[in-house]
Amino acid sequence: MTDDPAPRVALFVTCLVDMVRPSIGFATVKLLEDAGCTVHVPPQTCCGQPNWNGGDRAGAAALARTMIRAMENFDHVVAPSGSCAATVIKDYPAILAGTADEAAAIDLAARTHEIVSFLTDILAVEGVEAAFEARATYHDSCSGLRSLGIKDQPRRLLGSVEGLTLTEMADAEICCGFGGTFCVKYPEISNQMVSNKARAIGDSGADLLLAGDLGCLMNMAGKLSREGRPFAARHVVEVLAGDTDTPPIGDA
Amino acid sequence: MPEMSALHPTTPQFKNNVTDALANANLQSALSGVQSGFVSKRAAARAAVPEFDALRDAARDLKDHVLANLGPYLERYEAQVQAAGGHVHWAETAEDARRIVTEICEKAGAKTVNKGKSMISEECGINDHLEAHGIRAQETDLGEYIIQLRGEGPSHIIAPAIHVTVPEVEAEFRREHTHLPADRALSEHPDLLAEARGVLREKYFAAEVGITGANMLIAETGQSVIVTNEGNGDLSQSLPRVHIVMASLEKIVPTLEDASTILRVLARSATGQEITVYTTFSSGPRRAEDPDGPEEYHVVLLDNGRTNMLGSEFEEMLRCIRCGACMNHCPVYQTIGGHAYGWVYPGPMGAVLTPSLIGIEQGRHLPNASTFCGRCEAVCPMRIPLPGMMRAYRAREFDRGLTPGAVRYGLGAWGRVAARPWLYSWVSRAANLWLKLVAWGKPRARWMPLGRGWTAHRDFPAPPLGGTFQAQWRGPR
Repeated sequence: MTDDPAPRVALFVTCLVDMVRPSIGFATVKLLEDAGCTVHVPPQTCCGQPNWNGGDRAGAAALARTMIRAMENFDHVVAPSGSCAATVIKDYPAILAGTADEAAAIDLAARTHEIVSFLTDILAVEGVEAAFEARATYHDSCSGLRSLGIKDQPRRLLGSVEGLTLTEMADAEICCGFGGTFCVKYPEISNQMVSNKARAIGDSGADLLLAGDLGCLMNMAGKLSREGRPFAARHVVEVLAGDTDTPPIGDA
Repeated sequence: MPEMSALHPTTPQFKNNVTDALANANLQSALSGVQSGFVSKRAAARAAVPEFDALRDAARDLKDHVLANLGPYLERYEAQVQAAGGHVHWAETAEDARRIVTEICEKAGAKTVNKGKSMISEECGINDHLEAHGIRAQETDLGEYIIQLRGEGPSHIIAPAIHVTVPEVEAEFRREHTHLPADRALSEHPDLLAEARGVLREKYFAAEVGITGANMLIAETGQSVIVTNEGNGDLSQSLPRVHIVMASLEKIVPTLEDASTILRVLARSATGQEITVYTTFSSGPRRAEDPDGPEEYHVVLLDNGRTNMLGSEFEEMLRCIRCGACMNHCPVYQTIGGHAYGWVYPGPMGAVLTPSLIGIEQGRHLPNASTFCGRCEAVCPMRIPLPGMMRAYRAREFDRGLTPGAVRYGLGAWGRVAARPWLYSWVSRAANLWLKLVAWGKPRARWMPLGRGWTAHRDFPAPPLGGTFQAQWRGPR
């Protein structure tokens, strides 16, 4: 093992984390480095999911090609988002099917991972060295859960965080109502869904909301604060990396 | 909510329908039963069958085989029905189906037609058409009976009155059943069921024609199959002199054995039952040695746009066996109910089928009103890629210029920015700064320009100071 060179990992930071909450990116880097990876951040933009889900197939293909070029020559590409990772893993081969870039899309899909499942499933990480005093509840974001099968992995690693207890909310697997542009295209439906979610979070007995996707977290945190519910919300990697300095989402 | 019918979809007014549905306290109360009534029962039934996912694969493969060989199987089916003394009528459109059914009823001298539950009859708007020709169409399924009294269409494909609360049913029965004592107890489920059963029982013998749907048509035997829990379908079809089966042509399965494959996943996915209380196989008109049964047996086979889906990106939708699991598990359906979708088929299956059958121009909202949470596909017994097909409709909408201007412009602009890393670098820094500024130094914004869709209902968590991740990573650390 010691003779193996450290895996060269590219951080696929995702545009939302890039613009709204850089601490998630730094926490991801720390977790990867702690697990023995060499981390690079190649210049990058957006995976194209808004275009793909908005019906703009040509736009999505252009952004997929941009991403493929950015992520060449890395052993692994790792994102702190089940949703953005799933776009590369599940959708890129379809977006570029029948084009000259199809093979490259399949190759990138095979090298791309969501951070928590990458740690547990690929690097066999069983625990983290972190402490975080909180009673946390974990929301299963849809893409990570249903496209990538992420369910136990974050709970296993959270179980190793000193001082953290995990309590399950009701219906943790039900969508929070974010859905990308859905939340502004159909705000009334989205509002009802996130209200249901806020109630489930409030009833969980926890004081910290965790999830693996920033979009969902901003939706839920924004609703919790609008309703005046005393909750902190964080991306799961911030807790796993022991980042207690950065204020919770919406408290910065 | 404006009155919806098969002929007058309110799907283009989807957003208004949503507003009405969210303000309807009775509807919201009724919808709370979906989770407990269907979701947990399906989960238990599924858990009791270790090979359930293999059954789903088998059912999917079976229906794919049928769709690849639809013509020959339909011809085989028609020949078998004819050999048994029945008639097959090909209806290319809903209008053809209405005409065919009305002609059969008129020829039979029918004053009353009894109906088992049939979504194809809803799709064709049969009831209104028969009434216009002086023929009374009497629904006999309890849920259909309730919504017929209320003058509504179904809001769910297997539980048509799921949007109605028990007190509303009581009020409807008291208004309608004036021949019964006014002081009778009628506030509990069993009271309502017993009363409907008593009232409907008398009506079975009045009808000259019975109309049912079909869950399957078996090519090998020429049989049609219905699955029910009330037994009303059996009485509707075997007591009248004439039995009309209304079915869409993709309901075909090759053999009896194949029918059992579908049955194994159907009820478990729908109601969480291993099998429905009644599974009825109809084999044509009464034979000389039969103790009962109809004298005439007609099958109206409806296309209504389905053959156009063959060979398209929406072909897999034709695998659907109408179990309703997708809508039961859909958080959007659970929020707004079925009527808001504005046509016959609600929920995720309706979000694909409606634009397929009435056109993307009318149906464009439905495939957009999804978060792509994927729960529908995860529970679909036929493994239909529902979110993928909704996305394909969004692409069709985009390609035809039907996408609203702001969305189209926004996606185009984002695409041009994100395809150029240098430009993205500028724009992302500006966005990071702007999102910080609109919060006026607070940790979250209660309002922001162009962001009302978000901030009307929730705060926007502002980014911390310090710039974008990439700027920080590449800058001095």
